[in-house]
Amino acid sequence: MKVAIIKYNAGNIQSVTFALERLGITPVITDNIEEITQADKVIFPGVGEASSAMKYLKNAKLDQVICSLKQPTLGICLGMQLMCKHSEEGNAECLGIFDSNVKLFNQENNLKVPQIGWNTIFNYQSNLFKGIKEKEYMYFVHSYYVEKCQETIATTNYGVEYSSAIQKNNFYAVQFHPEKSSEAGQTLLSNFLNI
Amino acid sequence: MLTKRIIPCLDIKDGRTVKGINFENIRDAGDPVELAIEYAKKGADELVFLDITATNEKRKTLTELVTRIAKHINIPFTVGGGISTVEDVALLLRSGADKISVNTSAFKDPGLIKKLADQFGSQCIVLAIDTKFENNEWYVYLNGGKVKTEIKAIEWAKQGVAMGAGEILLTSMNNDGTKNGFANDITKLISESVNVPVIASGGAGTMQHFSDAFIKGKADAALAASVFHFKEIEIKELKKYLKELNIPIRP
Repeated sequence: MKVAIIKYNAGNIQSVTFALERLGITPVITDNIEEITQADKVIFPGVGEASSAMKYLKNAKLDQVICSLKQPTLGICLGMQLMCKHSEEGNAECLGIFDSNVKLFNQENNLKVPQIGWNTIFNYQSNLFKGIKEKEYMYFVHSYYVEKCQETIATTNYGVEYSSAIQKNNFYAVQFHPEKSSEAGQTLLSNFLNI
Repeated sequence: MLTKRIIPCLDIKDGRTVKGINFENIRDAGDPVELAIEYAKKGADELVFLDITATNEKRKTLTELVTRIAKHINIPFTVGGGISTVEDVALLLRSGADKISVNTSAFKDPGLIKKLADQFGSQCIVLAIDTKFENNEWYVYLNGGKVKTEIKAIEWAKQGVAMGAGEILLTSMNNDGTKNGFANDITKLISESVNVPVIASGGAGTMQHFSDAFIKGKADAALAASVFHFKEIEIKELKKYLKELNIPIRP
């Protein structure tokens, strides 16, 4: 199986690569349009800032490439947020694959931002979570969140209930880091590879 | 619900795990990668690796170790010790570290925190503060606790967060190595004064010390080394204990 990890200016590429290697897959890390479009699976990781990441993607013409992908594609963390319509971070117009918006956590009520650590995911609506128990713990690091919407396939609570995973057609996206979420995260990555 | 984190810390010297008492008397405590794998299996939420003899010549050894760790464990880890430039950080993150911690270099040039946060994001920049209680105040110490400053820990923590630090790793030198508990007063003061997570460090000896750090110290995470290395406290048992006290904990 050919798995492409999209290379751009906001990737946590190394961790994702190592996690796939632990599953016996050697991914290609690439910004080459042909390599991306011909892969069996595409992973769109990300740690960084939304507006500068969008600028980079547009300059590299990767924005259109990502939107037109037909194979199973998994956005992780910032990757998920960039697949949405708009992000409050840097007031960024994003890829618009998902119809939802990305908002900053409300810092009132002593809520620490960013959320850093293990939180539960629940109310699964997708086979992406096959074999993962309800209310499993996943590792999160983020200040912005995707609102709950029709595309929500897992929910998490941090001051507000939000989408910890969304799905539309071949596009999957998770807010947590499966590559850093112990065995449960590995199961999720394995489920994605088996779609 | 977001859980409190239990973080074993591995002090690294020449590629081996070591542990000292009150920042001195270093003892060998094993291979870092083996220990890391074991901790991850036992339910550690995160790991911290502090390179206590970091010099430029050793940097290559450290990045190789970081890659080896990243290949083998599936939980997040922070690397610190002697990090002083944007290039150091870029190299360590590229090698597979999830976060890096800065201490003395950031104090000497607070602009470094901003530069790092702008380039890599606050979420991967941990500000480590070593502090000591003297004359009724908690002061910042530098260079692994060797150099005293006249700045109060609370002031430095606030400034560091304003510059972009995404987390504070607070080590009390008075408590470190004593096994008499964490410094809950200064931990609480800082945790309630900044809007980012605070990791309590220094002084863990019993399971109750951890619950105290979370309840009295308002810590978001608690870090310890020797009680885990020398198996005085088992992580699984500790987590069970905390869960029974209704502290949000990942099993």
